[in-house]
Amino acid sequence: MSKIYLDYAATTPTDPRVLKAMEPYFCQKFGNPSSIHSFGQETRKAIEKARQQVADLIGAHSEEIVFTSGGTEANNFALKGAAYALKDKGNHIIVSTIEHHAILEPCKFLEKQGFKVTYLSVDRDGIININELKRVLRPETILVSIMHANNEIGTIQPIAEIANIIRNFRNSKSETLNSKQIPNFKFQTPLFHTDAVQTVGHLPIDVGKLGVDLLSISAHKFYGPKGVGALYIRKGIKIESFLHGGEQERNRRASTENVPGIVGFGQAAELVKKEIKKEIKQLTGLRDYFIKKNLAEIKDVQLNGDPIQRLPNNINFSIKGVEGEAMLLSLDQDGIACSTGSACSSSTLEPSHVLLALGLSEEVAHSSLRFSLGRYTTKKDLDYTIEKLKIIVNRLRKISPIY
Amino acid sequence: MLNYSQKLLDHFFHPRNVGEIKNPDGVGRAGNPVCGDILELYIKVKNNKITNIKFKTLGCAAALATSSMITELTKGKTVEEALKISNQDVTEALGGVPAVKRHCSVLAEQALKAAVKDYLNKNDK
Repeated sequence: MSKIYLDYAATTPTDPRVLKAMEPYFCQKFGNPSSIHSFGQETRKAIEKARQQVADLIGAHSEEIVFTSGGTEANNFALKGAAYALKDKGNHIIVSTIEHHAILEPCKFLEKQGFKVTYLSVDRDGIININELKRVLRPETILVSIMHANNEIGTIQPIAEIANIIRNFRNSKSETLNSKQIPNFKFQTPLFHTDAVQTVGHLPIDVGKLGVDLLSISAHKFYGPKGVGALYIRKGIKIESFLHGGEQERNRRASTENVPGIVGFGQAAELVKKEIKKEIKQLTGLRDYFIKKNLAEIKDVQLNGDPIQRLPNNINFSIKGVEGEAMLLSLDQDGIACSTGSACSSSTLEPSHVLLALGLSEEVAHSSLRFSLGRYTTKKDLDYTIEKLKIIVNRLRKISPIY
Repeated sequence: MLNYSQKLLDHFFHPRNVGEIKNPDGVGRAGNPVCGDILELYIKVKNNKITNIKFKTLGCAAALATSSMITELTKGKTVEEALKISNQDVTEALGGVPAVKRHCSVLAEQALKAAVKDYLNKNDK
């Protein structure tokens, strides 16, 4: 039985061309990029090439890219780095309630260290409350972090609009501080970070147009290898390091560089930049086809997340009367892989905080399924999935006491 | 599959005794929509024996499997024996249940006890 993978938001297969690019850097070109001899210089060249490739993907300068072990480290670096660098300027951080755990957990950690965090609410479609943001910005705010698009429901945030609000707030702050002696900071606060782990490689990104100061990237979300990512740090901005030790990454992130990973990351970035427009068109078509067909052929199904401001590959349904993990296992039995926001599938037995933040009931959160499409998804895969899903939902609804 | 035993998967994909009973002698409910598991058990009692038992469950694979298994363990037992069936009996019969899922078997035990107590109350025993 052939398998159908519809969980691209969780991870993607490494592109064979990426693997090929990485191969020489294990056994043949293995030097430490910090070594002065030719072995080191060879790998130094390779990672600087990759740095440029990643920078090109997001419209940044090469020196603004700091390689990390992935999106989670980039997020930790951004939040803790900004907090500790700016704690003499203020102690207030603003994030949204639907951020990934790699943002929420650092926030909880920082709260224990004495920082104050405001969690902005979202509307029914998952878009943050802009008026609430305007209300909660205050002189002590040092960082705002809002994810570019949500991994569960696909909703894309108005990042450029948020950046504008923050810019206006910074300018208005400068005016009121005229009489005070302003410390010698070369940049203004609050800083604006976005977790772009789900959007880099899937939406066209230009950090200048987005207006962000910091941006997190993860390679394995767009056909690169796992274990590598980056934090974009706008030129002129300095934050505290997350890893202290050697002087790698211009003294911003210690550790001998993951050369093969970084080379793969760069190659994946270059490949996806060429194919992004075509992929967006293809995936959006498949996504909308899948949504329409499911809503037409299965009763009592609702789409979660904004129907329009949505990642091209994301579908999140709640299916009345049945539970997510039960559907997931049944689909897995039929060779189909997807994901769920049900409590039963998490080790903490808590339902998706994202779905609850939309105002959905626990019942609706427990009955959710997320499908995320990718480069190798075909219409045939989707037709097969819907047929199987119909049978599964029918079976489980017959066993359900509430349907 | 999440460390589920073959037996558990069998009961999930082929649950026994699914359904409702018209004019049941006892009905037991456990769980709630907030936690994501809802179990309803229906029993028919004759001469102090549980002659028929059916269930309806909303929940994960472990929830469905433990519901199914408890109906198998209960069918044909006396009322007193049914009250002694524990969640451990259910998990053992299934060849073990992952620790994080044990609460499903507890719900099954609760629903069964509730159904039997409902029968006893109705019959003033």
